[in-house]
Amino acid sequence: MFDYAFLILLLPFLSAVVLGLFGMKMPRKVAGIIGTCMLGTLFVLSLYTAYHYFFYTGEYTAMGETFNVTDGRLANGTYPTVTVFNITWLKFTELLTFNIGFRLSPISVMMLIVITTVSLMVHIYSFGYMAERDENYKFEEYEHGFQRFYAYLSLFTMSMLGLVVATNIFQMYLFWELVGVCSYLLIGFYYPKHTAVHASKKAFIVTRFADLFFLIGILFFSFYVGTFNYDLSVNPGLVETLSGLAKNPHLTWVLPTALFLMFIGGAGKSAMFPLHIWLPDAMEGPTPVSALIHAATMVVAGVFQVASLLPIYVQFGAQEQLHWIAWIAAFTAFYAAAVACAQRDIKRGLAFSTISQIAYMLVALGVCFYEKEHGSFYSAEYLHHGGLGYMAAMFHLFTHAMFKALLFLCSGAIIVIIGSNFKEYMGGLHKYMPITNICFLIGCLAIAGIPPFAGFFSKDEIISACNALPGVEGQALKWIMTLVAGMTAFYMFRLYYVIFWGESYYEQDPENRRRPQEVPFVMWGPLVFLAIISITAGWIPFGHFVSANGLSYDIHIDWSIATTSIFAALIGFALATWMYAGKKQPVADALQRTFPRLHKAALNRFYIDNAWQFFTHKIVFRCFSIPIAWFDRHVIDGTFNFMAWGTQEAGESIRSWQSGDVRQYAVWFITGTVALTLVLLCLI
Amino acid sequence: MARLIMFAVLAVIILASAVFCVSTKRIMRAATALLFVLFGVAGLYFLLDYTFLGAAQISIYAGGITMMYIFAIQLVSKRTLQGLSERWLGKRTFLAAFIALVGFGTVILVLLKNEVLRHTVVNGDSLSNEVTMETIGRNLMTADKYGYVLPFEFISVFLLACIIGGLVILNNKKKEESK
Amino acid sequence: MIPVGYFFVLSGLLFFIGVFGFVTRRNLVAMLISVELVLNSVDINFAAFNRLLFPDGYEGMFFTLFSIGVSAAESAVALAIIINVYRHFHSDQVNSIENMKL
Repeated sequence: MFDYAFLILLLPFLSAVVLGLFGMKMPRKVAGIIGTCMLGTLFVLSLYTAYHYFFYTGEYTAMGETFNVTDGRLANGTYPTVTVFNITWLKFTELLTFNIGFRLSPISVMMLIVITTVSLMVHIYSFGYMAERDENYKFEEYEHGFQRFYAYLSLFTMSMLGLVVATNIFQMYLFWELVGVCSYLLIGFYYPKHTAVHASKKAFIVTRFADLFFLIGILFFSFYVGTFNYDLSVNPGLVETLSGLAKNPHLTWVLPTALFLMFIGGAGKSAMFPLHIWLPDAMEGPTPVSALIHAATMVVAGVFQVASLLPIYVQFGAQEQLHWIAWIAAFTAFYAAAVACAQRDIKRGLAFSTISQIAYMLVALGVCFYEKEHGSFYSAEYLHHGGLGYMAAMFHLFTHAMFKALLFLCSGAIIVIIGSNFKEYMGGLHKYMPITNICFLIGCLAIAGIPPFAGFFSKDEIISACNALPGVEGQALKWIMTLVAGMTAFYMFRLYYVIFWGESYYEQDPENRRRPQEVPFVMWGPLVFLAIISITAGWIPFGHFVSANGLSYDIHIDWSIATTSIFAALIGFALATWMYAGKKQPVADALQRTFPRLHKAALNRFYIDNAWQFFTHKIVFRCFSIPIAWFDRHVIDGTFNFMAWGTQEAGESIRSWQSGDVRQYAVWFITGTVALTLVLLCLI
Repeated sequence: MARLIMFAVLAVIILASAVFCVSTKRIMRAATALLFVLFGVAGLYFLLDYTFLGAAQISIYAGGITMMYIFAIQLVSKRTLQGLSERWLGKRTFLAAFIALVGFGTVILVLLKNEVLRHTVVNGDSLSNEVTMETIGRNLMTADKYGYVLPFEFISVFLLACIIGGLVILNNKKKEESK
Repeated sequence: MIPVGYFFVLSGLLFFIGVFGFVTRRNLVAMLISVELVLNSVDINFAAFNRLLFPDGYEGMFFTLFSIGVSAAESAVALAIIINVYRHFHSDQVNSIENMKL
């Protein structure tokens, strides 16, 4: 039934190849249309796949396995894990093979939808964003490198899809690196700009550094478990191996270590503290890229990875590591929210908001737990306590992708009109950009968790999941998350007010400044589409489709918790309104004057970047790199230079012997003969 | 005794001419001195009763090769014949003299070490059995144990090759000029 | 009567006089003449050893004979080359053909 699935990977790959190799030969518009059409097809294919996966009734086979499903569910009430194809690429040992395949599970189908939806919107939107405009915002020509841009986007889409449909952890790692490369290429898209180049390098190095741990984790895992497979439902032998490993007293450390190392890789991609430093700088890339890669898809790869491995975490003795993840994420959420409150650059503000929201998802995953006494992992009751976080995280991933993409695209629209990222040049735009205003407002309401927008439902589930974790830990996390929810509302509305309300930069000097206006349809169309999803996504019975063990779960709002979080969000909202809604912002300025240190620290992201700078420059460079460089320059280069010098000198000194002077040759010849004769005489 | 005196006379002629040959500054004189050396060596062959060898030496060496040298000397310009050798007492002369002396010393050493060479004295009678032309002819034309037909034929082919080679080398220039 | 050693010493002297000439001379023809001296010294040895040490054989004599033939051929070719070199460089000094190594 899913035989066409290989197209989902092949189409974007072909489009990337065609645009990458022949893009420069074709008109810019044609290149864009090719990429967009391909993505449209992909979007339809994904919807079709999702429809079949979740709603099909009947029988189908894939890879020789027969699935008898009713409304997509197997007889035991779970969704099947369908391996569409799985090709052995490299064979290390009989057991350990590296496969490339395509596997559909509830979360990968959900990710297909997320990726293709956001990617399609970004593809359409870029026609408006990646264009040169004249004084009156009139379209002139698509930007230089337009074809390249679409080629990268296609490549990224392919890589991200390959990541989510991976049949084994090594394939995930392969595509994981590919999305890293695409991110690098797209952040540095404006490569003549120094900041963009630095940002792309920073992103690549930081994520690559984290990926090293991922790789080590994979090696640990594959060495002890003997396979790259991680899906317990498809690989029955895996459960035995893993439980054997967890029970072996000498090897209990293996799985937690391997999983936590893998998480470090995920933390790099998902910008968890202290590896978050690359994400704000990644905003140097074009805004559609920020929306697609650095808000909706690539940065949630870490969440996706932890979610994929969650059954292993909770069942085979790595729960403690999971709670570490929760605490790291909770701290990140708080830290990023605090920094977001002070940013001047609207995209950086959104970037910190992204970090904070991804941390939400990881907190939700981190509070998952499993206790054997309370029944089986595969029981419906499990979903009400230990497994709630999984569903909540995936739900938040889904809604966040939509409304954060919306917010980024809105900020892109504003940047196109204003020509700057800084809030000082904005203000009062509600008059000039009504559609963007409404869409941004919807995004803000969604992220702030105000019902009935999408963010409310998913965030409520996350806080419920924290509440479900027994003991003081769960309560603490719950309150931290509620606090961060309030901060989220505050900084998002602060951003909203300083952009759309407040004193207009244009009106201060209308003679000399450009009058802002609404963006063209090609840009606001995607905004409206995403805004509609952001409003409605919360009403999707998400637990029905995605849950920790595949059984259906009915989301119900726990009003005692919901009320608290709504209350926190409203406080944040009210505070932001009080401080920033007016033309002047006396309270904010006063606060800034009262706590100059704090403000400065927040503006500088609490000096984490400087700490890294210190760490790399003073410790890594000075203690390791400089001696290594010295060794390289003096010892290794020296050896070769010496060899070259010796050869040259030897040649130089022998050169005079090869004079072409026959008589000299005769002298040598006779000397040699005489010497030989003398030697022979002595021997006789 | 007469042979010893003859040997001494020939040896003096040979060595004197040879020294003159390598030390004179005029190429024509060197060629002439060479002629005397060759005559002296031919004399040695006669002394050893190798009359055929002596005759061949005179006719081929003295008659043929020396003539060739003289023609060659005449063909190359007279001007360039000046400054034939290194300056006397030059660095190279000392080097050459040193090498020659050391080499000669080695040869003497060989002689002193070798019993056969040192003590063999042949009486006069055994020297006077001349090699007849018939023997030479037979040896040159047979392929027996002491037959030299193969080298003989080789030499003839070799000489032919040299004649052709010499002509080709000399013709090269003309072709270039005609172009 | 005549000890072999005498011939040996004579040929040794002639040989090294030839070597001396070869090394000191700058003129190609003169160098060739020195080579003739060296060849002759060897010929003397061949003939003398044959006659005085092995009077019943003829090997030394024939060797000398062939040596004379070979040296004739050698001088013919060498002189041809020298004349060609002279035409080319307008000099028969040995230094002038150092360029040949290029």
